[in-house]
Amino acid sequence: MNEVVDPLVTNLTVFVLSIVVGYHVVWNVTPALHTPLMAVTNAISGIIIVGAMLAAGPVELNAGTVLGFVAVVLAAVNVFGGFLVTQRMLDMFKKKGK
Amino acid sequence: MSLNSVALAYLVAAVLFILALKGLSSPVSARRGNLFGMVGMAIAVLTTLTLTSNWIYISLAIVLGGAAGAIVAKRIEMTSMPELVAAMHSLVGLAAVLIAMSAYYNPYAYGIVKYLGAELHLSNRIELFIGTFIGAITFTGSIVAFGKLSGRMGSKPLRFTGQHWVNLALGIVMIGFGIAFSMSPSWTPFLIMTAIALVLGVLLIMPIGGADMPVVVSMLNSYSGWAAAGIGFTLNNNMLIIAGSLVGSSGAILSYIMCKAMNRAFLNVILGGFGGGEGAVAEDSGVQKTYRSGSAEDAAFMMGNADSVIIVPGYGLAVARAQHAINEMSKMLTEKGIKVRYAIHPVAGRMPGHMNVLLAEAEVPYDQVVEMDEINNEFADTDVVLVIGANDVVNPAAKTDPNSPIYGMPILEAHKARTILVVKRSMAAGYAGLDNDLFYLDKTMMVFGDAKKVVEDVIKALGH
Repeated sequence: MNEVVDPLVTNLTVFVLSIVVGYHVVWNVTPALHTPLMAVTNAISGIIIVGAMLAAGPVELNAGTVLGFVAVVLAAVNVFGGFLVTQRMLDMFKKKGK
Repeated sequence: MSLNSVALAYLVAAVLFILALKGLSSPVSARRGNLFGMVGMAIAVLTTLTLTSNWIYISLAIVLGGAAGAIVAKRIEMTSMPELVAAMHSLVGLAAVLIAMSAYYNPYAYGIVKYLGAELHLSNRIELFIGTFIGAITFTGSIVAFGKLSGRMGSKPLRFTGQHWVNLALGIVMIGFGIAFSMSPSWTPFLIMTAIALVLGVLLIMPIGGADMPVVVSMLNSYSGWAAAGIGFTLNNNMLIIAGSLVGSSGAILSYIMCKAMNRAFLNVILGGFGGGEGAVAEDSGVQKTYRSGSAEDAAFMMGNADSVIIVPGYGLAVARAQHAINEMSKMLTEKGIKVRYAIHPVAGRMPGHMNVLLAEAEVPYDQVVEMDEINNEFADTDVVLVIGANDVVNPAAKTDPNSPIYGMPILEAHKARTILVVKRSMAAGYAGLDNDLFYLDKTMMVFGDAKKVVEDVIKALGH
């Protein structure tokens, strides 16, 4: 058994398990917080910034790294904007909570 | 940092993202959850920074984008949340396309291939193709959604004959070029495939009407997650896959909830056309139906003498900017010992949960705000229901008239209350273009006028 598992299969395993986890976690979100949920998932999908940073990573400047830099800026808007606007909304729910 | 430590740090970040979503199960734990999310993101970004060789410029790029995001987050009005969310989806979509292009241009930078100049594997190419087209559709689709939501583009569905066939044909051609790219990679099929996906994004969202926007926004939310997951496959990055799938399933569930709340099949929404009011014009029976109307003072008198009041707010309330006034009014009623609650229909706003946020912004205590399923049994025991800025979500035809276009849609059963007050500008039909029998019941009193003005008059009358 010197066979190696293809990364694709490992990725698929992680993918499917994450969907199962996501399914269960999201159904537990209270409907009152569905808008903050959407905002925070916006921030979380900003995780794509990691891919963008790797694209911008190499020292030499070429079309690939330039595209990467643009993607970093775009994803950073999502990351900061998403978390901060979620925070702002959740603060509103806090104020009058007992 | 060794690649193993990087992978472990990513694992921590992924778990924190799951906890962030889990926190949203209650307003009490939600803030801590959001903090978890931020910490997870910080870990992910800082870890990745150690892998890059020009971290200074990358940090600058992050600060640049981050500052823009922070400013928008601070300034945005809560009524504009749907637009903001749509705009952010488009950014994720575009970022995914750019990253995919960059990965194809220079796969070595990602460690996808072993040495500089090596060719991508077939599986990498397929992943690249899927990630790109989902990203491209998300990008342009979200821009159209943004345009419609912000009123920069007409919210009417835009259709032409044979549209579905055109979309289908474009989809097939796009997949054809995608396969061609996967078989023998070169820029031409890749770019053509991307261009078609960009056009498809526009064509898919154009025909969807304003009333269905909550579904569309949720759906694009889902797409943006799948786009991130797709990039994760290309880069063999588990954290991207996990985070992307969480977002993807979240958006999918929200779309499902929204469709159910409107009693519409998902496919039906996507294929579009509803919500522009066409075909759904109220059929005139020829009989002049009569209704009662009264003043804000009458309404104040009725609510002031009730034991229990349920307020049914619709988006019209937010349009009239009457949230703060209504909170003031309900505070006065509560002080008189009257039980006041708000009944929220899932599609009361322009996106899932929108009305809850709008009320929370006006400092309405969230324990007074009740979801449809919980409060529907209580209307029968309620003295006064105040319907304000809502119409279709309280239309009893959804339960009683099989010929009604909204038949089967779950509604707030306001018609069961002892007295119903409806604040409305005029007798004009609602979003779906339907007449509402609720308005003509003997126990219903219409109060005509601007929602904010009426509520302010009620407050004045209550003060006496």
